[in-house]
Formats: sequence, C-alpha cells, structure tokens
Amino acid sequence: MTNKDTVISKDMFQPAQMDLLKSEKIAKPSLNFWQDAWLRVRKNKAAVVSLFVTILLVVMALLGPILTPYKYDKQNTAHANLPPRIQGLENIHWLPFDGTVTTRFGKELHPYETKQIKEYYWFGTDILGRDQFARVWKGTQVSLLIAFFAALIDMLIGVTYGAISGYVGGKVDSIMQRIVEVLVGIPNLVVVVLMILVLKPGIIPIILALSITGWTSMARVVRAQVLKFKNQEFVLAAKTLGASNGSIIFKHMIPNMMGIIIINTMFSIPNAIFFEAFLSFIGLGLQEPNASLGTLINDGFKSMLAFPSQMVIPAVIISIIMIAFNLIADGLRDALDPKMRD
Amino acid sequence: MAKYILQRVLYMIFTLFIVVSATFFLMKLIPGTPFSSAAKLSHEQLQIMIDKYGLNDPIPVQYFHYIVNMLKGDLGVSFQFNNTPVSQLISDRIGPSAILGAQSIIIGAIIGIALGVIGALKQNTWIDYTSTFIAVLGKSIPNFVFAGLLQYYVAVKLEWFPVMFWKGPSYTVLPTIALAMFTISITARFMRTEMVEVLGSDYITLAKAKGASFFEISVKHALRNALIPVITVLGPLAVSLMTGSLVIERIFGIPGLGEQFVKSISVNDYPVIMGTSILFAALFVVVILVVDILYGIIDPRIRISGGGSK
Repeated sequence: MTNKDTVISKDMFQPAQMDLLKSEKIAKPSLNFWQDAWLRVRKNKAAVVSLFVTILLVVMALLGPILTPYKYDKQNTAHANLPPRIQGLENIHWLPFDGTVTTRFGKELHPYETKQIKEYYWFGTDILGRDQFARVWKGTQVSLLIAFFAALIDMLIGVTYGAISGYVGGKVDSIMQRIVEVLVGIPNLVVVVLMILVLKPGIIPIILALSITGWTSMARVVRAQVLKFKNQEFVLAAKTLGASNGSIIFKHMIPNMMGIIIINTMFSIPNAIFFEAFLSFIGLGLQEPNASLGTLINDGFKSMLAFPSQMVIPAVIISIIMIAFNLIADGLRDALDPKMRD
Repeated sequence: MAKYILQRVLYMIFTLFIVVSATFFLMKLIPGTPFSSAAKLSHEQLQIMIDKYGLNDPIPVQYFHYIVNMLKGDLGVSFQFNNTPVSQLISDRIGPSAILGAQSIIIGAIIGIALGVIGALKQNTWIDYTSTFIAVLGKSIPNFVFAGLLQYYVAVKLEWFPVMFWKGPSYTVLPTIALAMFTISITARFMRTEMVEVLGSDYITLAKAKGASFFEISVKHALRNALIPVITVLGPLAVSLMTGSLVIERIFGIPGLGEQFVKSISVNDYPVIMGTSILFAALFVVVILVVDILYGIIDPRIRISGGGSK
C-alpha cells in the first residue's frame, strides 16, 4: 500500500503444499474450563494484584503473631498506648512509624523517650500495653477464619438445598422455595443480632449466626442451574446408565456449575468479614483477650482522639481485605461467567 | 396484577408473623433476667417486678399476650428506660434516623447515578476508572470504618463539621456522607452497567442516525430507560441503611433508632430489642414489596408481558 511502484511478479509466488493431515491440526493448545478462566482472570490486573495482596495478608495473619517477640494477649501497662515505631523508619518523620504522637492541639509527644522505652512496637501498643502488631495479625487471622468458615457453611447448605429443591421438583420444590422466600424477607441484621444474643458471642456462634441466613442466595442460584441441567442430554445419559440421583447431582451437575458456586462464595466472604466486624462494633463481638479486626477497631475507636493509630491500622487492614476480596470476586465473575455481571 | 399484589401481601404478613414469633422465642431462650443490672432489688421486689411483667406465666400464655398486644399496636414497656412504652420510645427516636436515611438515599442516589452515567458515557477513560474505583471503595470499606475515619480527619483534624451529636443541619453532614457511601457505590455500579447496555441498543443508534444531539441521546433516550432497573437496588439499600444506622448513629452520637437498638442490646432490654427488630423487619418487607410493585408499574414491558395475569 505504501509503495505503489513495487511490481508484484508471478515468480514471487509458489504453490502451497497441501497436507491433509495438517489441515486438521489444532495449533492452539486446547484449554479446559479452568485454564481458560485463569487466562481471563490474568488479564484483569486489579484481580491479580488483589490475589497477591490476599495471599500476603493470609501469610501475615499466620506468621504475624510469631514475627514479633510480644504475645497478643501479654499485658504490660507500663508500655500502654505507645505509638508505632519501626527500626529504620523511625527517622523518616513524615511516616507514621517514627514513635511520635501529635495531640489534637498540635503538640508533638515522644512517649518512647519520656518513658525511656528501648523496645520497638511496630504498630504501637493498646491501652493495656499489648503489642498491636501481634493483635492486628491475630485479629486478621480470626476475622479470616470466621469469614472462611461462614462462607464454607453457606456453600454447603446452599448447594445441597438448592440442588435438592431443583432436582426433586414438584411439591417439595414449591415448599422449599416458599421457605426461602420467607427467609429472604427477614433482614439478616435482625437474625444475626438475635442469634448472637441467644448464643453468646464467640467464634462458633458468630459463624453459625452468619450461616443461618447466608445460604439463601446460593440455594437460589444452584436451584436455577439444576433446573437448567435437569433436562439436558448428559443427565439423561447418566440416568440411562443407572446412576443414582446423588451421583447425578454431585458428580454430573455440581462440577458443571462450579464457576457460579465459587463466585457466590467469593462474594459471601467479604460479607461475612463485614458482619463479624459490625457485630464487634455494636458490642456483640469476641470477648477479651481474643481479638478480631472488628474488636480492635471498636477498642481503637474509643481512644481515637488521643491515639489514632490504634483505630487507623486495623481499619486500613480490614479495608484492604474487603477491597481485595471484592476485586477478586468481580474478576472471577467476569472470567467465569460474563453473563452474571450486575 | 391485583392477584399478584394480594399474594405478595399475604407473604409479607406471614414473614412478619415468623419474625415476631422467632423474636419472641429467641428472647425467651436468653439466660438471665432483665433486672440483673438492678442488683439492689430485694428478693420480694424482684418477685413483684417479675409478676408485674408476667414473666412467670407459661411461655404459650406470654406468647399469646404478646401477639394480641402487638395487634393492638402495644409493644410492651421498656425494662430499662423508665418503663417507657416501646412504641413511644420508637416514635421518639425515629425522627433523626428517618432524616438521616432520607438524606443519604437522596444524595447517594444523585451522586451514584451521576457517577454511573459519566462512567458509561466516557467508557474506559480515566473518568470511568475513577468512578469505578469510588464504587469499589464504597462497597468494600465498612461504613463504621469510613465514619470513624471521616470523624477523625474531617471533624477533629480539619474542624469543618461538628464531631458529634444532633443539634442542627450541619450536624447531619458527616453521618449522611458516611451512610451514603454504600448507596453511591451500588447505584453507580448498577447505573453504569445499565447505561452501557442501553447505549449499545438499536434505538440509540437510530436516534444518532436521526441526528439527535449528544445531550438528547444521553438524557432523553438512554438515561430514562437505564434508570428503571435501578429501582431494584432499593432492597439492598434498605438493609444497608438499617445496619448503617446502628453503627453510624453510635459513632456520631445521634439519638436515633439504631443507637437505641445498640444500647438496648447492651442492657438486655428485651421489649425494646423485640420491638425494634420487628420494626426493621416490617420496613424491609414493605420496601421489597413496594419495589416489586413499582417495577411492574414503571416498566411497561413487564406490564405487557404480564398482561395475561391481570
């Protein structure tokens, strides 16, 4: 196109070799569902970054409490309410890790010097002199644990309920769906608060309370999928070969809707993290000396004016976790099931 | 349509009945008496109190009384707050919560719709990415974290607005923003998706071919149609406002329903907890019903396709 003067002569061409074997060759490696999904997730930079952030946070949640010499529940009132100080970063004044705290009226205090404390508390200490670094990561551990188990139980109940309801059909389906409709009409705030009041706060009661209402959306999604698959050929084939109902549902149908199940679970994790923190914040969270991100924020909030770092650090961590999980869930949804975009 | 509405109303009543019963029986399962904080009461006084509130009656009798009184609009009296009737306690406190809720929904919806529309019109530009980023932040950051940070940095550090309490319009600014974050993010996300879809449809191409201006296309043709499905986000919004009101009213010291609820939880004031729970459930159920009916009325396509059931 650029040079019209170029003469294209006949001898520049040469007949192609016809090879029947090669014409059927698949040049691109054939990918299964998961490889294909991974390729699409990988293109979503936000999701990939979030994935690394989440892995990092999980590692820190497991290792964090061990990294510092102080235990999360060890009190040392002489070292109470210290600001964060990190070796090496303490001389960089604009970073919040220089061991100083500025009062509301702009006065700068140096509690490490005035109290002659040699130790370094990376995230500072709380009102009882417990190391915030250990507490924050211990809290992250507990929050992630609660969220993970709540999501897992949601998934198990929701998948089973939805699959049975859709597969059996008829009267059973209709009754089961009416039950779901009633449950969906009750705000989960009310259910969770009442359940915690009855069960008393603790890790397992919180997981149970979150699971009671959490499974309904999963049940609805799975039921819709089962209804879709029910009359398809592969199910008919399995039936003809004498497969039992259980193996049709769990061996043939569920693997086909794994994408949707995973997306739904991924969305219920941040939801559970939020609710756990929310319960702590209204005074229904874990009891001392246990810590979750919610209780840490709640404690930090009480002394926010004097020692903002006690609230800001757990607040930032919970926000990062929530953002990361939401972005991963969005990315997975786009990759696994583009139709489900909201 | 009438049949559908009737059916939905019946569901609604049944759901509320379940909530009322469940609340009642769950409260009965809680160990400890509501008078535990009043340690100075003698044994006789305690008995008098328990008899007065009928706490020694068999549970089915108490349940029956509770349902009958509820139908009369009597939710019992508070154990902790000077024997105030629960219904009065609620009506005294609903004002600030309602103002806060209304303000945050209106402001949140306007900002959210604007962000979503701009994002869709300027797809894949930095404007779009910024609006998506704001939406992700609003959806992810827990509202009490956001409220706490807002209170610390804007009210305490910058001193732009009052830190807490409820004494005038300027006091509502920060709580409204904190409560509106979720509304903004959810409407922005929804609006963007709808708007992108509408902008790609044939009638927009036709409008363009006919020479309609950019403004006419985006506002008259696209926005109006994209707005319809946004009504469905009202359900999740109602939930977020309820949960939000508990924590945000606590943070900003607002004398609303949420703050009352949290306080009642901490002092085991069963009648108030029950009354407020039932009110929350009722509000939620009504919102869902209204959304479903409104949706049928506003979107002619649904009305036509559902025409046979009229």
